[in-house]
Amino acid sequence: MSGGVRAATGTAALTTELPVGRSTGWWGMVMFVVTEATLFACLLGSYFYLRFQSGDQWPPPGIAPPTLLKPLVMTAVLLPSSLPVIWAEHGIRKGQRWRLRAGLTATLLLGLTFLALQASEYAEKLHEFTLTTNAYGSLFYVITGFHGLHVLVGLTMIGWLLAASLRGGSFGAHRHDRVRNAAIYWHFVDLVWAAILFTIYLSPRL
Amino acid sequence: MSTTAAPVPGASREQLGRLEEHWGERPSLRAWLTTVDHKKIGRRYLVTAGLFFALAGLSALAMRTQLARPESRLLSPQEYNQLFTMHGTAMIFLFATPMLFGFGNFLVPLLIGARDMAFPKLNALGYWIFLFAGLFMWASLPFGAAPNAGWFAYVPLTGQQHTPGLHMDVYSLGLLFLGIATTAGSINFIVTALKLRAPGMSLNRVPLFVWAIVATAFMVIFALPALNLDNAMLFLDRRFGTHFFDPAAGGNVLLWQHLFWIFGHPDVYIIVMPALGIVSAVLPAFTRRGVVGYVLVVFAIVAISIISFGVWVHHMFATGLPRLSYSFFSAASTIITIPSGIQIFAWLATMLLGRLVVRVPLLFVIGFIVTFVLGGFTGTMFALTAFDQQVTDSYFVVAHFHYVLIGGAVFPILAAIYYWLPKITGRMYHEGLGRWAFWLVFAGMHVTFFPMHLYGLFGMPRRVYTYPSEPGWDGWNLVSTIGSYLLAVGLLLVVVGVVHAIRRGRPAPPDPWGGDTLEWSTDSPPKSYNFPVLPQVHSLHPNWDESSRESMGAGAEADRILADGRTTLLTSELDGRREREVEMPGSSWQPLLLALVMLLFFTAMLFAWYPVAAVAAVAVAGTVATWLWPPRRPDRELGVSA
Repeated sequence: MSGGVRAATGTAALTTELPVGRSTGWWGMVMFVVTEATLFACLLGSYFYLRFQSGDQWPPPGIAPPTLLKPLVMTAVLLPSSLPVIWAEHGIRKGQRWRLRAGLTATLLLGLTFLALQASEYAEKLHEFTLTTNAYGSLFYVITGFHGLHVLVGLTMIGWLLAASLRGGSFGAHRHDRVRNAAIYWHFVDLVWAAILFTIYLSPRL
Repeated sequence: MSTTAAPVPGASREQLGRLEEHWGERPSLRAWLTTVDHKKIGRRYLVTAGLFFALAGLSALAMRTQLARPESRLLSPQEYNQLFTMHGTAMIFLFATPMLFGFGNFLVPLLIGARDMAFPKLNALGYWIFLFAGLFMWASLPFGAAPNAGWFAYVPLTGQQHTPGLHMDVYSLGLLFLGIATTAGSINFIVTALKLRAPGMSLNRVPLFVWAIVATAFMVIFALPALNLDNAMLFLDRRFGTHFFDPAAGGNVLLWQHLFWIFGHPDVYIIVMPALGIVSAVLPAFTRRGVVGYVLVVFAIVAISIISFGVWVHHMFATGLPRLSYSFFSAASTIITIPSGIQIFAWLATMLLGRLVVRVPLLFVIGFIVTFVLGGFTGTMFALTAFDQQVTDSYFVVAHFHYVLIGGAVFPILAAIYYWLPKITGRMYHEGLGRWAFWLVFAGMHVTFFPMHLYGLFGMPRRVYTYPSEPGWDGWNLVSTIGSYLLAVGLLLVVVGVVHAIRRGRPAPPDPWGGDTLEWSTDSPPKSYNFPVLPQVHSLHPNWDESSRESMGAGAEADRILADGRTTLLTSELDGRREREVEMPGSSWQPLLLALVMLLFFTAMLFAWYPVAAVAAVAVAGTVATWLWPPRRPDRELGVSA
């Protein structure tokens, strides 16, 4: 094979866009999210198992069925928070750093609002029951708390991306793996909330 | 045969020099602590898992010595409880899976023609966590605070009320800590096998061992969360007064068992599956042909890993669940024998149609088939609910799972040790010594565990520290004890054989067996960069195939040599088409540092030093953040417009 043909058929020459194909980081994050999703599935499965194995009344006597207003507001804050991330990611794929910065800031604010709402929800509920009141209390706080921890981790990632993007020299049209991976995690944290909303807040009313 | 040089590589001397410069490490303490080389990490996994195996084996010897005769008072009940719990826990979590992950770490990049794992630093982190988690658990034994309620740790026995002290906190925290390593390792295997295969290695050319380890990794990803959640809830119940397993406050003790076995049964296959992969890897070299029915075997591997999630209740046939669920899980447990049978018959057909070369690895494979089939046979007996309820919690169960696990995991692991020792150490083992080891291990295993079927059927319960003199119990127990010493001597001979090979063995040629896979096409032991030229794969048996071998010789393209940096090739997931070069990380302190702060976190949780734990958690986050911090690049390279 002559040098010219080789140069034209080598990996670099056949590469049409950068980065090409799914990155190892993408696969790594997807697998991580899959195993985390399984963890939440087990957690919510445990909720329903304990619910159906306990008596007729759920929540157990002494605890009122959860009110819906605040959790629905929380949902309205958290679910749309994925949109700015998507917008930011599409922006940096075109090399527009301002969109990355603006989108991440918006998501960060929405996420922090969610956590603040969750704190006020806890402040209210703790008057009624705690982690140690009964199995219902344990489930309520462990499930929502574990999700809250995930939101916190996701926000740390978003804040970390924002810091790196403000520094400059971090992300661009050819280098945005980290943005994409953090975005996948954030979408996951959002979607899990929908499952938690259904389990904790809506299902006792069914 | 007796040369130590690999086939003349298609890379120039100058290119080899540059590869060495990018990948090589000068031996020093710093290099030892910071390496991310998958071969070194793999070796460490093997040695560390071997040490934990020795500790767990010595615990078993102590127990067998105690049980040699009735009414023995060598061990107190408290000591005995800790020994059998640590024996089971360590064999399952600290030996079997890490040992097989060790082989996976060493071999997967070599089998698929890559220069390292997909995430080398994560790989190093996984090893350090495994080491620290193992030490964390074993360190409790000298203080008399080791886990003491059996490896499956049923509540309510393991609740704070019935088992006070740190025992079960060590168990739950230790396994949570270890779980990080297992999950990270699994993700690494999956991504490595999907993205780093040599060009041309489409999915239908992937070696069976790699299929097996990837299927295992998928099972870990889906099964381990159940165990982690279970342990987290146990720890919360014990330490912080939650009520997940407390029936008085709306909890349920069976929740523990369900979650445990949703993990626990797939875990049996998590242990056995890579070992079956070893068998499929060893057989071609000693039968001089490929494994019969490659596609069927792959199908069986995938089928087992899926069906294994639908059989867990057969561990709970004695808990009074609804009849209908018994029927379902009984049927599922019977169905799973079909793909297992396909594999066994594929190996038998391979041996029947091939030309046998009887060397030590093949002996262990034959020993595996005999022992594993016997274990599988009693396994199908357990799938029948009525029989299960008769023998549950008796020594019959102990006999069954030792046949499955020693037959299904230890024998293949021993085969693998002898088979790959020349590749790992660059030295040949002593054949005679190996044969002695095989016959002693084989005989010792059967003399120890076969009688357990009998005194199990005679009614002897498991997990008793001593027993009264009953007809049929005393004599057979003594036989078991004698067998266990025989087994121990055999295993000692394996160690002697390995040490002898490293010290005195003759140098191994690159391909002592005429093997079919890529690791035999490079040096023994391989250079730091594994392959001077990454191969272009043309068949399922690249080392038996001229065009694949020639691709590593003269005339290779520069982008399969990649001498200009520490890089490897990414290829497409299904077809193995070239996509691009990627930079690989070099040695780093971060994995060790991160594992140390995690160890601090779990230790602080164990002793209830919560402020320290909080500081450690922040340190973990900080280390991860610096680990992933993007390097600064010029705008032109990044592609920035605004």
